[in-house]
Amino acid sequence: MGFEGIGASVRRKEDGRFLAGRGNYVDDINRPGQLYAFIRRADRPHARIRGIDTAAAAMAPGVHAVFTGKDIEADGLGGLPCGWQIHNKDGTPMAEPPHPVIAVGKVRHVGDPVAVVIAETRQAAKDAAERLVIDYEDLPGIANLRQAVAQGAAQVHDGVAGNICYDWHIGDKDAVDAAFGRAATVVKLDLTNNRLVPNAMEPRSAVGDHDAAGDYTLYTTSQNPHVIRLLMGAFVLHVPESKLRVVAPDVGGGFGSKIYHYAEEAIVTWAAGKLKRPVKWTAERNESFMSDAHGRDHESTAEMALDEQGNFLALRVRTLCNMGAYLSTFAPCVPTYLYATLLAGVYRTPAIYAEVKAVFTNTVPVDAYRGAGRPEASYLLERLADVIARDTGRDRVELRRQNFIPKDAFPYQTPVALQYDSGDYFATLDGALKAADWAGFEERRKQSAAKGKLRGIGMSTYIEACGIAPSHVVGSLGARAGLYEVATIRVHPTGSVSVLTGSHSHGQGHETTFAQIVAEKLGVPIAQVEVVHGDTQKIPFGMGTYGSRSLAVGGSAMVKAIDKVVAKGKRIAAHLMEASAEDIEFKDGKFSVAGTDRSKALAEISLAAYVPHNYPIEELEPGLDETAFYDPKNFTFPGGCHICEVEIEGDSGMARVVRFTAVDDIGRVINPMIVEGQVQGGVAQGVGQALMENAVYDANGQLLTGSFMDYTMPRAEDLPDITVGTESTMCTHNPLGSKGCGEVGAIGSPPAVINAVIDALRDYGVRHLDMPATPEKIWSIMQGGMQPGRPAMAAE
Amino acid sequence: MYEFTYHKPTSIADAVKLLGADADAKALAGGQTFIPVLKQRLNKPSAVIDLAGLGLSGIRAEGNRVVIGAMTTHHAIATSPDIAKAIPGLTTMAGWIGDTQVRHRGTMGGSLANNDPTACYPAAVLALNATIRTDKRSIAADDYFQGMFTTALEPGELITEIEFPLPVEKSAYAKFRNPASRYAMVGVFVAKSSAGVRVAITGAAQNGVFRHKEMEEALGKSWSPDAVAKIKTSPEALNSDIHGSAEYRAHLITVMAKRAVAAAG
Amino acid sequence: MPQLSLTVNGKSHAVEVEGRTLLVELLREKLGLTGTHIGCDTSQCGACVVHVDGRSIKSCTMLALQAEGASVTTIEGLAKPDGTLHPMQEMFREHHALQCGFCTPGMVMSAIDLVQMHPDGLTEHEIREGLEGNLCRCTGYHNIVKAIAAAWPLMHGKQVPAAAE
Repeated sequence: MGFEGIGASVRRKEDGRFLAGRGNYVDDINRPGQLYAFIRRADRPHARIRGIDTAAAAMAPGVHAVFTGKDIEADGLGGLPCGWQIHNKDGTPMAEPPHPVIAVGKVRHVGDPVAVVIAETRQAAKDAAERLVIDYEDLPGIANLRQAVAQGAAQVHDGVAGNICYDWHIGDKDAVDAAFGRAATVVKLDLTNNRLVPNAMEPRSAVGDHDAAGDYTLYTTSQNPHVIRLLMGAFVLHVPESKLRVVAPDVGGGFGSKIYHYAEEAIVTWAAGKLKRPVKWTAERNESFMSDAHGRDHESTAEMALDEQGNFLALRVRTLCNMGAYLSTFAPCVPTYLYATLLAGVYRTPAIYAEVKAVFTNTVPVDAYRGAGRPEASYLLERLADVIARDTGRDRVELRRQNFIPKDAFPYQTPVALQYDSGDYFATLDGALKAADWAGFEERRKQSAAKGKLRGIGMSTYIEACGIAPSHVVGSLGARAGLYEVATIRVHPTGSVSVLTGSHSHGQGHETTFAQIVAEKLGVPIAQVEVVHGDTQKIPFGMGTYGSRSLAVGGSAMVKAIDKVVAKGKRIAAHLMEASAEDIEFKDGKFSVAGTDRSKALAEISLAAYVPHNYPIEELEPGLDETAFYDPKNFTFPGGCHICEVEIEGDSGMARVVRFTAVDDIGRVINPMIVEGQVQGGVAQGVGQALMENAVYDANGQLLTGSFMDYTMPRAEDLPDITVGTESTMCTHNPLGSKGCGEVGAIGSPPAVINAVIDALRDYGVRHLDMPATPEKIWSIMQGGMQPGRPAMAAE
Repeated sequence: MYEFTYHKPTSIADAVKLLGADADAKALAGGQTFIPVLKQRLNKPSAVIDLAGLGLSGIRAEGNRVVIGAMTTHHAIATSPDIAKAIPGLTTMAGWIGDTQVRHRGTMGGSLANNDPTACYPAAVLALNATIRTDKRSIAADDYFQGMFTTALEPGELITEIEFPLPVEKSAYAKFRNPASRYAMVGVFVAKSSAGVRVAITGAAQNGVFRHKEMEEALGKSWSPDAVAKIKTSPEALNSDIHGSAEYRAHLITVMAKRAVAAAG
Repeated sequence: MPQLSLTVNGKSHAVEVEGRTLLVELLREKLGLTGTHIGCDTSQCGACVVHVDGRSIKSCTMLALQAEGASVTTIEGLAKPDGTLHPMQEMFREHHALQCGFCTPGMVMSAIDLVQMHPDGLTEHEIREGLEGNLCRCTGYHNIVKAIAAAWPLMHGKQVPAAAE
């Protein structure tokens, strides 16, 4: 056994079962007597339901039940709750229209559940669902942001005038206006952040079970089973936590889309109780497209005021963002506290003011997708930085460097609420410039030109706020939950260790990384460490995995629990070795009496703890099993520099990323191999957003990109090798010093790609191009015809 | 998928009989398009007649012709040394259809019978002046393709073989893939043989594959990428969708034609 | 219901299926081989790739009855009975070519076929092109490409690759 502690690229413990086909994903689970649910969904964006004739479906072969929204309502179930409340500029709360589990009265997006058929087999349920006769009265649909805020627009929800969910702002408007008044230059940019479909490779699935004792179990594809138990139990089914177990076993990717409490979870759990049979539902991919929460979908105007030397004086941002038809669990906080609070970026812009208007449309709900708000902020800032450099004739690297927050300015209070604890943007910039051979680019450009290709280079110097989040802070900002994490360290009698964590791994490799922390701190080989996650019955509590929080928050909870184990172990060791607890040192898995050769291994201490024949029983309880709740003191602030090179085919306009370099500051690295993989995966999603991915609705609200036939997913041949490096400063406020690495790739990369595309098109006078930079858009620019960009928003 | 009765006849006569006996019966070749269509419940056959037992797979020389069995897979065509030697453009084309797994199952006959306007084979068959042999007759490529998903095949008529005249002096295929589905957004097959120069375009037009007479004429005079570089195609009657406008497709026809001619040497 | 006989991972099976039963449904639901996954409805993602008579195919785009008499290998059939992993599985682990694991079975089955079809060498470009039928949302493919390149010499008995790291 080599070194397995913090900093080792240990091969993953979980891989054995995945590689052998022995993973245990929700759709792999089959309960005795299981029935299958098929959900009939709205095929139109907006309509009144005049009636649903269920008779023929109910009589179809193998059918056990057909339920509609009225059945759910009749049973007194609640709607799907929203976990975050934003307040308007005037202090009033946001509009929060009901989100029924199954549509009642109206359908509001293509994919909205209308009825569920439960039958002996999947096919029987699907066959029967076709026999449902739904009498719709079509209503005008709102397909996009511009339609939503247009004068006289149709309303998605009665009582939500103008389709405005909230009209929110942050920052000092007067200070910004004053700075613009004295600016030497103002640079303005309109930009769109395209709408994306997360598309974790595992479609969502849920199995509801109900036993004779009246206890419910839900197996679900979730990033946070405890949160689902809380939301579904308390708000929807009105079942106490003690009667409801939620299990999220192996989960095939999430990227945010499996955070939220979805209707299908409530449907199968409730139906299992009604029918006294387990009920399974698994999404077909076409259902994923129309029912998984989508991501991004912003339109923004950004203006920077500069002095004569190119110093940023003030930033003004107006953003319109899409909530979709209903509020998904975290949706309201994404374009506000995860986006606008990050608009300082890595720059010392003294004054910032942002207005964010969230609107309802007849589209799938939009919520957090890998990065969530922070990619939108970094895209805006890093595109703006390049446009400023272009418009004012400055070097884009030097412009950035000149405006960076200086190394000695930490902790740095931004004008938009956040306080950055640590960072060194010069180090990541210099590291990336070197790793990417920025200086040698012109030579590569000439080589590409000789092949008839336009080559461009672009960068982004970005920051993210993650490790969410201090509970009192998010509470004051409208979160309806705390955002601590929980860990139990259970040292078993013979010295093996179970880690029970409220974090959830769906690709992140926690079973390995968390075991490495135990190996480092307790000296136990990782083979003897079992990481248990994803089951509310086994784990005390947990807030789950999203916002790059597992290590910074979940890992910190582990360290806190490990510290408690060591503290108790010292007292046991002191008793056994007849020394004072203050004299006991713990190192490499051994408790020793300082200055002597007397020591006891952890396993001896744990055995004594569980077999307390010789034990300080009056002062200490038996057992070596400690639980800790860790509430972070601040967000963590990873940052870095991403550099992208693209080649564009001169004839077709097709752009390809040919080189990509990421140098990130993510704080302490536990497993470099896993970090590299996380960053590469994030970059792939960012390149996807920048060049190919786009969720498109037609003007009537039909989803045109409803399958992989039309929604372009990045393939192996669309991507180059992705070079990853780190230049880390430590997080100052958590015990590991870790900041988080899950989202940096998706946050830093899109502006770097688009900046590279614009650079490649330098001879065509183009200033901006909205994502995705498809071959046709680029070709249009090369034709000198259509200048992409968009007309001013009607709402402005 | 709706339930159906599955049959796997072992003779063409039996297959034809099964198809003739039931207007709602459908033939199944490689299934790489048909099965996804069934899964989406876009088609409700009463019976599915699997053609895999009819012995229609194989590639053989027959005088001045290469004859490819209708059930020959894309993979078999893409990896056939005989095809690579005789018609290299066909090798390239077959190797770019779908993905490896699709090429292991999908067949030339299935693709031609379906005549998807974005499929690749129609371009090769038309440009190479091939003949479609069925259980009843032979149909010249020029007569076979009759618009989107429409062919000269009569109900119940089965493609048995496709016959390509030799020698083919030059042949090449260039394809601009739909980035999501990998079907042709524009595919251009160019060929030069005793039948003259033929250029067939797939993916671009609403009505499916078509011959580009202006390019044929230009290449007939001078076989070089430059010969087609200035030829513009009218966007009228071309497809327009979220992946590309008709104007862009019209442009790509020229781009891909140049690439194909260059590849053909 | 029609009868079907086939061999899966070396074991003979005689089962009843509907005409419309897909091979992947037979494997997952009737034979309990849940290592083969379903990630899409349109034959794009490749999570369902298995080998039929030695060739990689998408088991979601093949009727079970089309596999009459065939020999099918799934991810569960790759390792030796003593648990020794196939070199491709081993290299996926060594090079961190999987994260959530959902695309992995199909990716491994496709990768093995890709290596088998290229006995004379396999470039990075060929690997990337050869994976066009498999989607992965986690890894960015970088490490999958590395793993396949490393498995090639092991599978063809050419040379032992330099140890990773």
